[in-house]
Amino acid sequence: MNGAADMGGMHGFGPVVPEPNEPVFHAEWEGHSFALNMVTGVAKLWNLDAFRFKRESIPPPEYLSLSYYGLWTRTLELMMLEYGVATPEEVAVGHAIAPFKKAPHAVSAAECANMVRCGSPYNRSAPAPALFKVGDKVRARNMHPQHHTRLPRYARGHAGEVVRIVGCHVFPDSNASNLGEDPHWLYTVRFDGRELWGADSDPTVRVCIEAWEPYLEPL
Amino acid sequence: MNGAQDMGGVHGFGPVEPEPNEPVFHAGWEKRAFALTLAMAMPGQWNIDMSRFARENRDPGEYLSMSYYQIWFAALETMLKERDLVSDDETVAGHALREPKPVARILSPGAVAQVLYRGGPTERETNTTPAFKPGDHVRAKNINPRTHTRLPRYVRGHAGTIERVIGFHVFPDSNAQGAGENPQWLYTVCFDGRELWGADGDPTLTVSVDAWEPYLVPA
Amino acid sequence: MTHDHDHHHDHGSELSEMQLRTRALETILLEKGYIEPAAIDVLIETYEKKIGPRNGAQVVAKAWVDPQFRQWLFEDGTAAIGSLGFGGRSGNHLVALENTPSVHNMVVCTLCSCYPWAVLGLPPLWYKSAPYRSRTVADPRSVLADFGVSLPKDTEIRVWDSTAELRYLVVPLRPAGAEGWSEEKLAELVTRDSMIGTGLPRNP
Repeated sequence: MNGAADMGGMHGFGPVVPEPNEPVFHAEWEGHSFALNMVTGVAKLWNLDAFRFKRESIPPPEYLSLSYYGLWTRTLELMMLEYGVATPEEVAVGHAIAPFKKAPHAVSAAECANMVRCGSPYNRSAPAPALFKVGDKVRARNMHPQHHTRLPRYARGHAGEVVRIVGCHVFPDSNASNLGEDPHWLYTVRFDGRELWGADSDPTVRVCIEAWEPYLEPL
Repeated sequence: MNGAQDMGGVHGFGPVEPEPNEPVFHAGWEKRAFALTLAMAMPGQWNIDMSRFARENRDPGEYLSMSYYQIWFAALETMLKERDLVSDDETVAGHALREPKPVARILSPGAVAQVLYRGGPTERETNTTPAFKPGDHVRAKNINPRTHTRLPRYVRGHAGTIERVIGFHVFPDSNAQGAGENPQWLYTVCFDGRELWGADGDPTLTVSVDAWEPYLVPA
Repeated sequence: MTHDHDHHHDHGSELSEMQLRTRALETILLEKGYIEPAAIDVLIETYEKKIGPRNGAQVVAKAWVDPQFRQWLFEDGTAAIGSLGFGGRSGNHLVALENTPSVHNMVVCTLCSCYPWAVLGLPPLWYKSAPYRSRTVADPRSVLADFGVSLPKDTEIRVWDSTAELRYLVVPLRPAGAEGWSEEKLAELVTRDSMIGTGLPRNP
């Protein structure tokens, strides 16, 4: 979707402000917001692409008004409501309201440690050979789906070159809508800065993105 | 600039909500903000393109958190400050604290009707001829200036057809920067919806935009 | 230009509100038996104390002194980095990017905040901020200027707009004057920002 998350190329956000000796979390609740989102992932209450989609679906004014972990907490709230993990009343009072269904399994510390160690690989066996090879010229499709996509707006319609075949990976556009993993070949595609931003832009810039095969057409 | 005002094609803002019996202004201060902006254009000597840029030229998060007339008011504050007509301490105090800066003209009550009647015509004389005629195929350039432009992001790089030659008009991209009126031929350009939004776009949709000649190349 | 960046950084009144809302969700999840309380603690501790940019600095220092490792790193980042014990969450597919005298790499995630947690820990606030996400792909030199970094005007700047699948680690150029240094000592020259591409290593 073309939401507030799709920021590449926008103007007006001002300077980048590095913070000396930045702490990992700026308040205790941020650590909890982070951990809760990890742990609900381990519990497989929903998939990560669906979570990302929910986050970017937050209306742009609200999205831009929230801090980073504020956005995570807000998304978690919305996911718990959508997936029936909590009712609006429960979220409002901050407690489970009886009678409620007990979860079949509680995620343990060991399971979390294991997730940190092993991650959650998204590569899958390929249903078909890759359409493109390194060096192929491709064009990113001009598409504007309402659903989740990882193809940023600034790359759409532009011509680039395949520089890496990453593998065959879960297709977020499908997975985020709970329509299955639908794995597709994933490529790294390199664009010339002037192709993306016009003749007046910095000629020394190249931008690489990861693009699934359905995002690309041969050139 | 690619700011928050460039909303064409952005998702997630939700439904359009018409307001039954909507008043012209929703609060007393809105009337004042509106009238002040118009009244101060004469002593402030800013042009409408400068006003538009002063509105869009802000942090997108801030822009989207403001109501329509809040944005007008903020732009008025910016322009008054830039021209040394009102200083920060005066804004805080809510009173004039120093001698007024001499200005060439102010808007007298008796002149309001005439000023509004005259409007702000932007058409200029020329002895040049337009480069394009109705039916010509053109492509909107891929430009991403940080300064004011009237070419929305969603048409950049796309092909359309000249629908109408409007006339020879002040070029906002130049006028907004105080770089002169630099008038140019202005056209209405019609784009097919699927050209703009991809193969999945509504096949019955066309979108027409007004584009100055420097935005266009032959297609 | 009116800039009000504070709302990105200053949590202000949101802090107490978000504190309450986060606590509410945690309480509900605990009461319903979705998680054990210790699971939350272990996750916070892991990313606050254990996994951080020192991991990445070890990788870079080794690449500076060990040509065989360096070659392996650029051929198969995941395996080479895995040999040092780093990988897993947000590091299942790692790619190392080689800075050269003519090419400078920078990593961004325009759509969210994808970052190589396994080697750098959690991203800093600025990496997740709108200014960084919006400007890096279009005007990386102005972003470098925000960090006080200026590169020769003919240096190619290669920006990697990272999506979740691949996580990138920049291997900066080894600074001169540290010849014969041990890996441990070299690792101290490797700043986090130099592994994202917004900074350069410390000078010896």
